[in-house]
This record gives sequence, structure tokens and C-alpha cells, in this order.
Amino acid sequence: MGIEGIGARVARKEDRRFITGAGRYVDDMVVPGMKHAAFVRSPHAHAEIKKIDVKKAKAMPGVIDVLLGKELKTDGIGNLICGWMIHSKDGTPMKMGAWSPLAVDRVRYVGDAVAIVVAETKSQARDAAEAVEITYKELKSVTEAVDALKKGAPQIHPEADGNLIYDWEIGDAKATDAAIAKAAHVTKMHIVNNRLVPNAMEPRAALGHYDKAEDHYTCWTTSQNPHVARLVMSAFYNVAPENKLRVIAPDVGGGFGSKIYIYPEEIVCLWASKKTGVPVKWVADRTESFLTDAHGRDHVTEVQMAFDKDNKITALKVDTIANFGAYMSLFSSAVPTYLYATLLSGQYVIPAIHANVRAVYTNTAPVDAYRGAGRPEATYLLERTVETAARELGVSPADLRRKNFITTFPYQTPVIMCYDAGDYAASLDAAMKAADYAGFAKRKAAAAKKGKLRGIGMSNYIEACGIAPSAAVGSLGAGVGLWESAEVRVNGVGTIEVLTGSHSHGQGHETTFAQLVADRFGVPIDSVSIVHGDTDKVQMGMGTYGSRSGAVGMSAIVKALDKVEKKAKKIAAHLMEADEGDIVIENGVAKVAGTDKNVPWFQVALAAYTAHNLPAGMEPGLKEGAFYDPSNFTFPAGCYICEVEVDPETGVTEIVQFVAADDFGNIINPMIVEGQVHGGIAQGVGQALLEGASYDGASGQLVTASYMDYAMPRADDLPSFQVSTSNTPCPSNPLGIKGCGEAGAIGSPPAVMNAITDAIGNNDLTMPATPQKVWAAVRAAKKH
Amino acid sequence: MSDVSLVVNGRKVSGSVEDRTLLVHFLRENLGLTGTHVGCDTSQCGACVVHVDGKAVKSCTILAVQASGSEVVTIEGLANGAELHPVQAAFKEHHGLQCGFCTPGMIMSATDMIRRHPEGLDEATVRAELEGNICRCTGYHNIVKAVLAASKTMSKSKGKAKAA
Repeated sequence: MGIEGIGARVARKEDRRFITGAGRYVDDMVVPGMKHAAFVRSPHAHAEIKKIDVKKAKAMPGVIDVLLGKELKTDGIGNLICGWMIHSKDGTPMKMGAWSPLAVDRVRYVGDAVAIVVAETKSQARDAAEAVEITYKELKSVTEAVDALKKGAPQIHPEADGNLIYDWEIGDAKATDAAIAKAAHVTKMHIVNNRLVPNAMEPRAALGHYDKAEDHYTCWTTSQNPHVARLVMSAFYNVAPENKLRVIAPDVGGGFGSKIYIYPEEIVCLWASKKTGVPVKWVADRTESFLTDAHGRDHVTEVQMAFDKDNKITALKVDTIANFGAYMSLFSSAVPTYLYATLLSGQYVIPAIHANVRAVYTNTAPVDAYRGAGRPEATYLLERTVETAARELGVSPADLRRKNFITTFPYQTPVIMCYDAGDYAASLDAAMKAADYAGFAKRKAAAAKKGKLRGIGMSNYIEACGIAPSAAVGSLGAGVGLWESAEVRVNGVGTIEVLTGSHSHGQGHETTFAQLVADRFGVPIDSVSIVHGDTDKVQMGMGTYGSRSGAVGMSAIVKALDKVEKKAKKIAAHLMEADEGDIVIENGVAKVAGTDKNVPWFQVALAAYTAHNLPAGMEPGLKEGAFYDPSNFTFPAGCYICEVEVDPETGVTEIVQFVAADDFGNIINPMIVEGQVHGGIAQGVGQALLEGASYDGASGQLVTASYMDYAMPRADDLPSFQVSTSNTPCPSNPLGIKGCGEAGAIGSPPAVMNAITDAIGNNDLTMPATPQKVWAAVRAAKKH
Repeated sequence: MSDVSLVVNGRKVSGSVEDRTLLVHFLRENLGLTGTHVGCDTSQCGACVVHVDGKAVKSCTILAVQASGSEVVTIEGLANGAELHPVQAAFKEHHGLQCGFCTPGMIMSATDMIRRHPEGLDEATVRAELEGNICRCTGYHNIVKAVLAASKTMSKSKGKAKAA
């Protein structure tokens, strides 16, 4: 592997600019003549817009213009769309309501954009935004999905009768019902997956610049996938043709899914720049982020898990209602269907599975993929249910899981996915050993002496990453292919640029992608630059989400490297008058195997560009591109164990140890992988203990719209984590990588909740398990 | 409008600002020191921490005019030329950052924390004192590791300086 190659714990190349304050995020960008925007947003959850008066606002100091949705429509800017078609079980297509980038006659959630104010300074824009006078007629609103389905609920979009977007199913209902009917035991649960706000630390931002001379637009935006943004803004929103639109996502301060989507603000800033003739920058404040970033999760589910007399799982039946908010965000429809229900087999052999999913409009912020996207919801319901079943059956939770593990691969589940490789018992064993599971009883007794309730819980997750085979997702309704592209450019003196369609917003691609090149040619990573995030530099890409950049993005680089290596070997063979098949490239040198004949790497590169002495017929240059389309999903899996102490007097939960044993396949940089797991677990623990987006049911106001009200995990809420990995290489990609970005957020919530409910002896507890709820549950348990 | 003049990263600077201008906006917009970040509106996240007269301060909690006459150090002024400050070096070595957005504030808070604890730091203290800095990427694990490591390095080099 070399000291900088695959598997090496290399410190990150990108760190220097971030630790010295030299990172460049969208809000740091300045364009000559740039002005500032503020959006006027709906204060109501549901209302008709009766009248908009901009006279006063336009007269405010520094104001350049105030623009409305009507003008946007006149200019032909299109509605926002959801790019994944789901059909209901009756065959009808999903019912998508219109989402205008600026609302024209109706607002559907608090924060819905109504107008944009452009002014000399940000403060002036905000002052003027407050002076825009809008007359609303308030309508009844609804925030909970279950309520939105009830008769008499307010109708949110005319397109979706009864607020139902789709009623979808997967699996075999008959077989599932039959298995449940003759089961020896059925565990039934009502599972709520709380609504979360992703909260990347950098708020969303957009800078739109229309260049009149070139009739060309540039958009700097906080995006995880600038090419997708360009494609969607061109093809669907009619902002500008692709060749007239450049999208740049520079340093981006975290995404976690929330920066995949194309939001109204970037569209409106681009349009407003042309309208006003000045570059227009908008940066969200934190409350705007809370109100308008796509939220995550928000499922309500009834589940039944059936067992035979030997405690083997025979069936799983799931009925889920998913809250989509006021509009269908870009990939929202895929989350509770193909990213969720296809993982309901978990790590277990379950002969019959049936899931029904209803997607529902409410007067809340749009909901879409958030770290894990569907897979945390599947894992939470499965792992809470399995653990509960173990308690009901009076068997050890580890043994019950082990008895039902899938052990032979490939394994075709009843819900589309075909798992290619894994060793679930290995992760379970590793986690139990690391957690000293056997010594728990002693620790529990010791805690009891201190008046503390100690509990232990586990969770065995599986996820589908490396999204995704394009033809497969196309057949399931995706509007795009999910391949990745790469280009490897060797310069004349041997330094290398790798252009990638992946986008790094914390993942460390500038280091790990360079490690691939170092591994291949033995050149130092400092001679390798990773270029990403700019549609003018990188031709095309699908971006970074779904733990896909290793499995898919790096595989594309490998394909391009293969081509470069092949040509370099041909050149080296020619220079040394040797056979191409005898050339090896290592340690920065091309040599003839078994001899001392060699040519330094830079000379091979130079020869390619001087072209004085190339093999007959060979084109000059050393630059190759590749597209990689995965042949299957990848299936990271693992076991998480959480141990807690609950103070029965206060309800405060302390996590006393957290163990993660993951199988991510091959690993490029263990330091970075560990960091991804740490961060994922923190978000999962946040979901379990602290976080919850809360709307006031009567008014539809988001009451958790700042860091004063929404409990973000802080350093003193979390322990240090014990993480380890095992490895069953992924057979479907050239690097054997499975992906590690989401595992922590997927595997941890049920482990935490299983631990707390074990500690307090009351299984009736929902996330977030705040001290108040835990305290009440402890008291309720005592009464029984 | 008010006039402000202060020393930032060792350089005398002055400007005329709207009275309501926060120090963070003066640093970012008037001086172009964009390493100091704004991550919230309620002085919770700590991405904007700088040193004012040697103490860690959230630069979104004070007006630029209040800082007039003070000496301010931002993340851009922490390293000694090309040589990283030990806290910066420790964040890199221990992978204490991912997206980098909270990092400047984290490093400025950590530097102040180490200064205030010449007796050394333990994990619980570091976690408690980082309460005013939010990170969404790292789960704090490696940040805590980095702060503890930097604290050790700095007390060693201080010890050496004393011995000399």
C-alpha cells in the first residue's frame, strides 16, 4: 500500500486551508457589483395570498428591486419537481402538487418563499423584506401525517386528493398474512421515527451571477451535487440551457443530504440577477435553515413480526405513513419506498415480508433524504422489534438475532435487494467482545448500588449503499442514472489532476482519492490534485450522497487509472524497447520486471507530451476519462452496542459506552472512516436522545427553529466511541468498498433506545428520549 | 454610522460601520477575514469565536463598536507564519475536522481553554468547555482527542521554555 496508498492512515491534504481560516465557502465569495438578497417568507402554515404591496419596500434605502412569483412565472421559470416516479398499488402515478419557487396565490408552510428583495447590503435587504405588505387569508392547517389523512383535514394541493401522494406496497401480502396467522408468537409495535433537521453547520447559500456580455449564468451554491443542480435547473426549471449555466459548489460546510436538493433560493437568485442586472447573494440565517432545509424521517409505523416455535422469524408486516411536508422535494418519493422498504429484511432470513407505505402532504417543511435516508427508519423498526421480541420470548437478544442471521451469499431478500457478501456474526461477536457483554450483569449491579439504572442494547443494521445501478433505479422510477464519472490528467512533468463528479463536503476526497493514485503509480499524494465541484471543470457527475463516493466515485477513478496505466506502460515499453507486458509501475518509476531497466514516471509523462518518440500510431497526451455504473448496491452492515445509565430521579440518560463493529469492505483511509462513523453515531444518538423538530399543531409554527430550541448534540452529551471494522470485500466494485458515510446514523438509534428501555424496564418510549419522557416512563414502570 | 479602530492579527485597522454591525460582520465584510464563520443567529454554535484582548469571544455577540480599541486575533492570525499553532497542528493530526466550517471557532475556543488550564485538561473538562461550539460532522471524538493532545504539547513546550 505504501505510506500514502490504499489502507494508509494519511492526514488530510485539505485540512491546512480549513485550520488556517482559508477555506472558501459560498458566503466567502465576492463578485464585483454583488448585492444582497432577503426572502419574504410566509408566517402562516396555510393561507391564500390576497394582495402583495411592495411600494413601501421598494422605497426603502438601498433597495434595488422586489420581485414576485407572478413575474417569475411570466419569465417561464418552472415549478420544482420530485425526480423519482412512484406508482401507487392501484397503478396510478404519485400525485405531485405544484411548487412554485416563489408562491403566487397560496402558501403551504411557515417559511414558504413569497418574494425576494435585492438591496445594497444584507441589512437593507432584510429591513425592506419586513416592509413588504402581504394580505393573507389564513386557512386551516395540519402538521401530522396521520391527521392529514383523516376526513375533513385541510386539502393542501388540489392534485392530491385527501393529501395522499401515493399508497404503495412491496412484498407478498397474502404470504405474510398467512404466516402471521399461524405464528407461534407475534411481536407487535407502534413505531414513531421522529422528524429531524439536518443542520449542516454551514447554512445554505446561493450567489447568482448573470453575465450579460456572454448571456451566461454562474451559480455558487452549497450543493452536494452541482452537476445535478445544473441539469435540473436547465431541464426542468428553465433557468438557462446547460451550456449557459455554470454551477460551482466550492467548500461546502456539511450536507448530510440536505444539500442534495435544488431549492427555490438558487433558482430565484439566478433569475433575480438577470432581472436586476447585478450579482445576487443570499445566505440563510439559522432560523431560515430550520424552516426551509429539507427535514428528515417523520414516519409512523405499525409493525408485526412473526416467529415459529423455534424462534425463527417467519414474516414481517409493516404499515407506514410518511410525512412529506408541503411539497415533494427532489428525491422525497424514493426515501420511504426504495431506500426503506427494500431493507426490511435486515440481516435476517425472513421468508415473507409485506410493507405498505402512504406518503402524505402536511403544512410543514418538505421532507427528504437525511443521513441514511430510509435505512435508519427500516433499521429502527426492525431492531426495536427484534429486541422487543427477545424480551417477550425470554431469550437473549444476541441469540435471537444470531439464530435468524443470513449466513449464505448471495442472498435474495423478498424485497428486491440481493445481498452480495457479509458476515453478520463476525460483527456481533466483535461488538459483544469489545463491549464486554458478558460482564454487563456485574456492571448493572454496581450501578444499582449507586441508585442508577443500567441498561444495554444492541442493533444489527444493514444498509444499501453505492447507489446505484442506473438501469435498476431507472426501472424503479428514478429520473436520473446513478453512475459516476472521472478523468485522470497526467501533466507533462508527471503531476496529476483527478477530475471527479463526486463532491467533498467533509468526506476528505482530496486525500482519499489521491491515495488511489499514489497506490497505483507510487507518486506522492502531494503531486496529485483532486478537482471537483465545478461544472466548467468537471464534465458531468452525480455527486455525493448515499455513501456512494467510495464505491461509485472511486471506481470511476480506478477505471480511468486503468486506461492511463495501460497507455503509460505502452510508452514506457517503447522507450525501453521492452515488451509492454513486462512493465510494472511502482514507486514513481516504470520498470521492466526482473531487470534494472527503468524510466521515471515524469519521463513517461514528458514523452507522452513531447511526442517525439511514441509507439507508431499513438496519439500524444496522457489523459483518460471513464464512467462507472455499478452493477449492484453495496451492503455495509454491522453491530452497535450501547450501554446507558439512567438516573431514575431526573430521567437523565448517560451513555457510558458505545461500541461500533462495522463491515465496510475494503478501506482506503481508516482514519477518515472512523471519523465518518463517529459523526454518524453522534447524529444517531442525537436522534435518540435529543433532537426532534416540533410543529405546533394548532398554528403550524415550527417551535424548534433555533439552537435555543432544537437540541443539537454537544460535546458533553456524547462519550468517546469504540469503533472497529471487519472486512468482507464487496464483490461488485473493483476496490471492494461498501461505503461508510451513513452507517453510524443508521445503526445507533435503536441501540440507544434498546439500552434505555432495558434499563428502565419500560418499552413504551419514543425518540427523542428526553429526561422528561424517561422520567415519566420510569414512574409508569414502577406503577405496574 | 460609527468609527471603529482596532488591532486585528497585529495590524491596525479602522472603518466606518453602521451602529448595528456585529464584530463578526466587520471582520468578514470590512476586513475580508472570512475564516470566522456565522453558523447561527443565537450565539449558540461558536463558529465565530475569536480572541478579544486575549479571551475567547463569540464575535456575533458583540458590536464592532464595542470592540473598538481592542486587540483581536482571528483564525487567520493564529499560526506563526507557515508554522501552525499547536492546536491547529493537533486538529490536523487527529482528524479533528471534516467539513471545516466549525473548525476556526473550535480552534479559537480550544486555544483559550488550554490557556485557562495551565494545570492540564481531562476529557470531561474538554467536553464541558466545548459546550458553546457545535460540530455536526465529527461527533466531537477526534476534536476532544486533538484538544487533549495540543494541551499536552503546549505544556511540554512551556516546561522546556522554563527549564531553558
